[in-house]
Amino acid sequence: MPEILNVLIASVIPLLFILVYAVVILWVEIKVASHVQDRLGYMYTGGFHGWAQPIADLLKLLTKEHITPERSDKILFTLAPILVFASSYAAYAALPFTSTFIAANLNIGIFYIVAITSFVVIGILMAGWSSNNKYSLLGAMRSVAQIVSYEIPTVLSILTVIVAVGTLNLQEICEIQKGGLFSWNIFKYPPFMLITFLIYFTASLAEVNRTPFDIPEAESELVAGYHTEYTGMKFAMFYLAEYANMFLVSGIAAILFFGGWSSPFGEFLAGPGWGVFWFVSKGLFFVFLQIMLRWTLPRLRVDQLMYVSWKVLTPISFVNLMVVGLWAILK
Amino acid sequence: MATFEITTRSVKGDLKTDTMILNMGPQHPSTHGVLRLELVVDGEVIVDVIPHIGYLHRCFEKHAEQMTNYQQVIPYVDRMDYVAAMGNELAYVLAVEKLLGIEVPERVQYIRVIMAELQRIASHLLAIGTYGLDLGAFTPFLWCFREREKILDLFEITCGARLLYNYIWVGGVSHDLPSEFGKKLKDFLKTFPKALKEINDLLTFNKIFIDRTANVGVLPADVAINYGCSGPMLRGSGVKFDLRKNEPYLVYDRFEFDIPVGEGKMGTVGDCWDRYYVRVREMEESLKIIEQAWEQLPPGDVHSAIPKKVRPPQGEVYFRTENPRGEIGFYIISDGHSASPFRVKARAPSFVNLSVLPEISRGYMIADLVAILGSVDIVLGEVDR
Repeated sequence: MPEILNVLIASVIPLLFILVYAVVILWVEIKVASHVQDRLGYMYTGGFHGWAQPIADLLKLLTKEHITPERSDKILFTLAPILVFASSYAAYAALPFTSTFIAANLNIGIFYIVAITSFVVIGILMAGWSSNNKYSLLGAMRSVAQIVSYEIPTVLSILTVIVAVGTLNLQEICEIQKGGLFSWNIFKYPPFMLITFLIYFTASLAEVNRTPFDIPEAESELVAGYHTEYTGMKFAMFYLAEYANMFLVSGIAAILFFGGWSSPFGEFLAGPGWGVFWFVSKGLFFVFLQIMLRWTLPRLRVDQLMYVSWKVLTPISFVNLMVVGLWAILK
Repeated sequence: MATFEITTRSVKGDLKTDTMILNMGPQHPSTHGVLRLELVVDGEVIVDVIPHIGYLHRCFEKHAEQMTNYQQVIPYVDRMDYVAAMGNELAYVLAVEKLLGIEVPERVQYIRVIMAELQRIASHLLAIGTYGLDLGAFTPFLWCFREREKILDLFEITCGARLLYNYIWVGGVSHDLPSEFGKKLKDFLKTFPKALKEINDLLTFNKIFIDRTANVGVLPADVAINYGCSGPMLRGSGVKFDLRKNEPYLVYDRFEFDIPVGEGKMGTVGDCWDRYYVRVREMEESLKIIEQAWEQLPPGDVHSAIPKKVRPPQGEVYFRTENPRGEIGFYIISDGHSASPFRVKARAPSFVNLSVLPEISRGYMIADLVAILGSVDIVLGEVDR
């Protein structure tokens, strides 16, 4: 019995985290966007700077009617948002929030995350195909092409880190980086780890469909891409999955390169409680970066996107992997 | 970057590929209004574009014939190119004045120049802002709108309206400039170059923006001339033709300003980036004109030449001016006895510029079509009239 209870608690905590985080980050995104654009954004709902607006939005989405297009493939249409959200939620299981809490301490943690997030592609393709809408289909095809191609530089840069630390377990990767700012992976093998991080961050932007790689849902071209036909909570699931993915890739960046839950001051301000603080704030920092990028840059074209992946990021990350690997052997 | 090869190919065996028809609009975020484009696409590559227009047709020309007098047409003219209403009024009013053969006071002419140039800046700001939006950059749009607001404020303190003014009247203008206009105009003239630089830094010289627009939708000069393109479309292709210089009206011959043309700085002459950049530079030139016009502005009465009755002699007239979107022309026939025009025909620049769209977008991708359409900068109110 306690076994089941443990599993339940371990699985509910990431879900709660995602929900709370999504509400907060929705508000942050709108406020950052507004201030970048020289305006105020939400100001009324709930009093202080419209803090309750995302909650109101969420409630509105919950109460909205589910419209299923008449000639759509109804089973796939319903299944797609669930699959997309479930795969990003499942990935949270292997994310070490602090030294004492990880839902599933897998010894192949990072491998599991890469594998499980690949399901998103299937969900998106299902959504695009089942909607029976040309814009959705084009968006889905773009999305699949994009995510599949960007998985390669992402995985190659993750592999570089693994070569350097010698483990696939995310908890252990964090352990190794304990002991202050300069024991973080980003400062190892200079400057190759920095390059690895830049590649990872760029590629992860494409993985989560954020500007400048938000081509699958390019509003001005494809209306809303693969989720054009979705309404209400099904639409919200895609939205939630997008934000969950944003934190996921940011969290992985924090774990692989910036010490995860370890404090930048060595033993000072360390411990399980502070661990959560450090991990979440590092993750949120990269989410914030993604938001800033979104409101600054235009979007690339499909072929330019492929060019960036196959002709720039993949070769560089490959060479990078070779160099770090060689260095690690010689050391 | 070359265009894509269009192939409707049959793959080995029984597999066959076919083109697909994609309806873009009339409800679509980036058709700039109710334009419907019927796209024949091979995957994402465009084989053909067929624009379907008329969703906003309001029978402007017939309406103009049914009015009780010539002045009543002016508000209708406003609603053609509704983001550059001053320019439309100006062209129509100048045509009627030419038909009447009246001379307006110098002050009125200067005020009209200032208003037309302010309107040009406002209109170009909207054009480049929405162009950024088409390419996925949201922030420049709102920065452009912030600046545009200042111009609209100037219009508002002058005539009370912010979008459709009915300001330029036959023989004069509806209101003289208010006393605080000068101060506000000077503020604007001082802050605008800074704002323009910001927009340039954020959008114009952004690497991604250049990648998306340079060498896309190339419009060669001869094609532009054959299709009758005008305004930034024509000048973007490197043809130095601007009615303000080539056929000066009002007092434009008294000001120093350049005509920016496309130089192919980032790619080929006549690509989307050139058309976009011509607009940016035209705003700088308009600023120069406004500065000079404000300095030379003579005193006088703006209502003195307004005729009691507008009843032109029998005859016909065609008058054209340089609107932000290109050459706008009005052809008016008067039968000599009635107070309303016998016939009004408008030559709308957006309509003519849109006709070249299929020619320049074949072989590009859907994403490029959005960029090309944005660089043509159409206003559907004017295309359909």
